Amino acid sequence: MTQTKFARRSLLLSATALLAGADAACAQGSMDNTVFLSTQLRPLEEAQNVREVILKGYAGKVDYVVDEPAPFAVRVEAEMKSGRNTSSLLGALHGELQPLEAIGALAPLDDLATQLKDRGIPAPLMKLGQLGTGHQVYIPWMQATYFMVANKQALPFLPGGAKLETLTYDQLAQWAANVQATTGKRMLGFPAGPKGLLYRFFEGFLCPAYTGGIVTTFRDPAAETGWANFAEIWKHVNPNSTNYNFMQEPLLSGDVWMAFDHVTRLLDALRQKPDDFVSFPAPAGPKGRAYMPVLAGLAIAKGAPDPQGAAALIDYLSRPEVQITTAQSVGFFPVVKAELPPNLDPGLKLAVAAISATQNAPDALPSLLPIGLGAKGGEFDKVFMDTFQLIVLRGQKPHAVLEKQAEAMRRIFAETGAPCWSPDPPSTGACQVK
Amino acid sequence: MQSRLVPYFLLLPSLLFLTALFFVPLVQTVSLAFHGGDNFGLSNFTRMADDLNFQDAVVNTFSVVLVVVPLQLAIALGMATMLRHLKRGRDIVLWIWSIPLGISDLAAGLVWLAVLTDQGYLNTLLFRLGLIAGPESWLTYETPTALFIAIIVAEAWRATAIVLVIIVAGVQLLPREYGEAADVFGATPWQRFTRITLPLLKPSIQTALILRTVLAFEMFALVISLGGRNFPVLVSEAYQWQYVNQDTGVAAAYAVVVMLISLAATLIYLRVLRTPREQLP
Repeated sequence: MTQTKFARRSLLLSATALLAGADAACAQGSMDNTVFLSTQLRPLEEAQNVREVILKGYAGKVDYVVDEPAPFAVRVEAEMKSGRNTSSLLGALHGELQPLEAIGALAPLDDLATQLKDRGIPAPLMKLGQLGTGHQVYIPWMQATYFMVANKQALPFLPGGAKLETLTYDQLAQWAANVQATTGKRMLGFPAGPKGLLYRFFEGFLCPAYTGGIVTTFRDPAAETGWANFAEIWKHVNPNSTNYNFMQEPLLSGDVWMAFDHVTRLLDALRQKPDDFVSFPAPAGPKGRAYMPVLAGLAIAKGAPDPQGAAALIDYLSRPEVQITTAQSVGFFPVVKAELPPNLDPGLKLAVAAISATQNAPDALPSLLPIGLGAKGGEFDKVFMDTFQLIVLRGQKPHAVLEKQAEAMRRIFAETGAPCWSPDPPSTGACQVK
Repeated sequence: MQSRLVPYFLLLPSLLFLTALFFVPLVQTVSLAFHGGDNFGLSNFTRMADDLNFQDAVVNTFSVVLVVVPLQLAIALGMATMLRHLKRGRDIVLWIWSIPLGISDLAAGLVWLAVLTDQGYLNTLLFRLGLIAGPESWLTYETPTALFIAIIVAEAWRATAIVLVIIVAGVQLLPREYGEAADVFGATPWQRFTRITLPLLKPSIQTALILRTVLAFEMFALVISLGGRNFPVLVSEAYQWQYVNQDTGVAAAYAVVVMLISLAATLIYLRVLRTPREQLP
């Protein structure tokens, strides 16, 4: 009896000692190392790639720590308020950094921005990094976007005079109609399945391409035209699209020849059969070639324990060779001018080409991810998916549908008070549907 | 005195377990459903009913339940009767028939998806037989009838076994004397089935129907994998509101509706299929 009691107690004690030891080691580590807190590259494998591949050539010592977007924001705010910062470098999406700027948790990076001028980060991206403050708040880190992929078999059906790089929505409709006329099959595909990202297509591509805005122009006459045209395009869309979540699968199986999706959901097809596919920017509408950049940035926390280390890390991560390593190991793409190595995976090369063609298109119109909606982001997406379902799948008149959905949109902005984001013009209060 | 308390002590853990993990969440769900924003009221239910998919979800759920449950009962009764007449190998047949019991909802959905998808086994077979010229779509919003039939077939395949097992257990309890007496009076097999077997099986049928109906109202993974966005049902809408639209209140309202429907169905079965004590075998 006493013996077991003793054994139990010693076990407990040693466990406590172990825990305390680990704790001490942790605290010790964060004293010496620069803590890099990120909402991106969270999955185990990607985080491991960051530690072992991307940060391998860095001279200093880094603790790479990841957190989900919501706890990330809470943690940064708590560290700022308590005045006991542990994180120095913050890596997050544009829309995740913006609320941190609003509460004054980020240090200005104007000197660093000047210092990094020769890296060739495009001016529009640097401007996004100012978050409308006139100061550099974050330095662009890496990016992704959505684009289109087509099977080479579809190319002979392109309408006369149409080029992939300058494709319009009308030409896309004609192209898909030509394919259908010859093959008898509807070979255009969109990720409209339950886990697909089709709402991003409406929010960042179709609607801004027709109206030049997202929220303010939601029920514009131009929006009606855009939706009506998309309903026309949908006549040539594979009806299985409402089951597609990742377009790389139907592209590989040959169920569709042309498809739109996020780069990470197309990359498999490009990597497996780079010789079968071409990649190109999403089509343009009357207001330009709207696209949704997914931009991650690096910021330094105000009161960071190691601002020099954080600045050195930003300098390191934005080096062209490190940016290329990032693209190769985790599939996010360079924001700087980076000469891609000739031995780059040909699938990755196709993706890079499409992303760069999207950004550098003369009529490019960046339209950002929703900002400041918090938990209402899901309902914002639902407004677009409901509009799609009613107009395109159920064939209702765009005017009436947009009037009704505009009510839902107004409610979301009344509840969150979120201001407009680009390409809608800046608003003083909550963004308003005109 | 003490021995009288023992049963209650033995029941206590399960009661505590049910209270903590069933009753408390239930109360929380109901309270969530009635709290829209900061106010107490029906706003979540109004939003649910105004949603474009609500009517479809109700109609789809009820159509599947009304078709599949009677179908499964009929199939299970047929299978149980066949089993009864088997002289040898009954166990192995019963064992094979109950295999779908061990397969999860989602796995069953994926199996049928592999069969029915454009490049699936069904199309391959039909193509080899020369019945179709190219891949036919069965599961799209343009083929609602085929999609509905696919869901019925998959659901029947997956969940008939549970009805069968309950019915077989009931059949084994039936006393042989009634059947023998009927034979003496010259009853046809059909008369024996409708006048003797069915009435005596009523308690088993009741149990099977309650279980199956409640579970059918909760169908989710199979429908999602076959129908996706094209075939909304009540539980898939609850999931959609919770995880995609991130509105817990409306999701809770759906949960409450599903619970009320299940309760109502159970009460109806208890009432309609009740067996007076004196008629119990």
